[in-house]
Amino acid sequence: MSDTPTTQQIDSPPPALLISNLKKTYDNGFIALKGIDLCIQQGDFFALLGANGAGKSTTIEAICSLVNKTAGSIEIFGHNIDSERDLAKSFIGLVPQEFNFNIFEPVIEIIVNQAGYYGIERKEAFRRAEVLLKRLDLWGKRKEKALNLSGGMKRRLMIARALIHKPQLLILDEPTAGVDIEIRRTMWAFLSSLNAAGTTIILTTHYLEEAENFCHNIAILDKGEVIENTSMKQLLSRLQTEKFVLNLKEPLSELPQCNDFIMSLRDSNTLEVALDKGRSLNLMFEFFSKHNIRVMSMRNKNNRLEELFMGLIDNNKGVKT
Amino acid sequence: MSWKEILTAFNTIFIKEILRFSRIWIQTILPPAITMTLYFVIFGNLIGKAIGEMDGFKYIDYIVPGLIMMSVITNSYSNVVSSFFSSKMHGHIQELLISPTPNIVILLGFVAGGVARGLGVGIVVTIVSLFFTKMDIQHPVITLVIVLLTSILFSIAGFINAIYAKTFDAMNIIPIFILTPLTYLGGVFYSIHMLSPFWQNVSLFNPVLYMVNGFRYGILGVSDISPSASFTLIVVFIVILFSFAMYLLTKGIGLRE
Repeated sequence: MSDTPTTQQIDSPPPALLISNLKKTYDNGFIALKGIDLCIQQGDFFALLGANGAGKSTTIEAICSLVNKTAGSIEIFGHNIDSERDLAKSFIGLVPQEFNFNIFEPVIEIIVNQAGYYGIERKEAFRRAEVLLKRLDLWGKRKEKALNLSGGMKRRLMIARALIHKPQLLILDEPTAGVDIEIRRTMWAFLSSLNAAGTTIILTTHYLEEAENFCHNIAILDKGEVIENTSMKQLLSRLQTEKFVLNLKEPLSELPQCNDFIMSLRDSNTLEVALDKGRSLNLMFEFFSKHNIRVMSMRNKNNRLEELFMGLIDNNKGVKT
Repeated sequence: MSWKEILTAFNTIFIKEILRFSRIWIQTILPPAITMTLYFVIFGNLIGKAIGEMDGFKYIDYIVPGLIMMSVITNSYSNVVSSFFSSKMHGHIQELLISPTPNIVILLGFVAGGVARGLGVGIVVTIVSLFFTKMDIQHPVITLVIVLLTSILFSIAGFINAIYAKTFDAMNIIPIFILTPLTYLGGVFYSIHMLSPFWQNVSLFNPVLYMVNGFRYGILGVSDISPSASFTLIVVFIVILFSFAMYLLTKGIGLRE
């Protein structure tokens, strides 16, 4: 093969994030990352999942230069964080897991100061802050000290702060932890629109349905290693059985015989059905019609991603032991 | 970052620091003014009358430069150490660490904040002293240069202290056990010529002595130390501590695990 790059190679944009052999050993000897490789393309909405202590936060902190990596390289939009530190950093916006702003400062100052650290002049910073705070429904609180904000408002403040310099890579470390459902929905609508406008988003969350709903690609970390890195679609296609919970109109005392899927009664009006992958839902409904069972509503028993996630973590435990 | 962006980042840190200590002026500006007023009343007026003259000056006139310098030193130091340490403890130092602001700008921004408070308190104490004595500054340029450099030096020292400190107790160890004794034994209240030759020589190892005397030379025209020795020592210390602070920032010691 020729070493000359093709036109496609020349034209193809660099990935938003390229991590090679990233290792981190803390001073106390704890090995947090054992050589991680990740490639996240521009415009992606990427889920970085793992149990507590899997290495998600350390990975994020290494990307953001908040911890010193032990080995490996990190490139942000083609810029190495060691050799082009300041340029690479200018692409990143971080919404950390913990509230880490000065609670005694007013909301507007927190955001305008953050803009200043990126070299954005005060006048322009105020203009951008107004736009962001209005979009995140915080404009009315701009003069309040951050101390007086509710949990949901503090989360939105951290999102506004992370976006003030218009980052091309937004990293969300459990952005919806402790946020009520209404605000969570508003936040997701906002973040989805950002992604649609071209911002690459990396998400860590313990709410796996959020990752399933919004992310296109996924990596799962366990004990400092990437144990899965694929597209969400491909991962979900591996699910062998899907479980449904059905609410019945009339109570059922006895289950009819069925060979096509497994059923169990949770109570007389609630039926659980496990359907193998590839089997049509029509099959299930035909069976119910035939036996005069009237279904009023239906939902997935568990989040599909959650089942796969737990399976992968369990498998990894098996490999280790 | 362009020079313009770097200047914006510096101004942001500097303004933030000024707003921080201005907001809590009851804790930052008022106490030194009250403490120094007490010094002027007790040491200057009451005890000073019994002491008489020192180096040809009334005792209160003699101690004014040292008291102003003492306020500048402690306030420059404590502003940076408390601000940077609390940023570290509460996590908002991450706002700076993830940004492209160069390390040197972070250091200069905090040092400028320390200098602003140190000189601000110095001006307040000077105004207070005018109620007790007349001040006829002999060498204004030397006075300004020495006080500015001393403020810079102790701001950098405060920054290094904040980087190493892991608890609020650790933050206070240096000011209480090192800085305060050095300041009190640094010729604020006496001339080292009053000491025996042995203790005079020991005193020469105290860097604060050079700063207090350099400043006293600027205001009164008398000093135990030559002004050029004071200037040289302060500049050498600034270069050493500044380089060390930059090393710590670059390596991320105390900031990045």
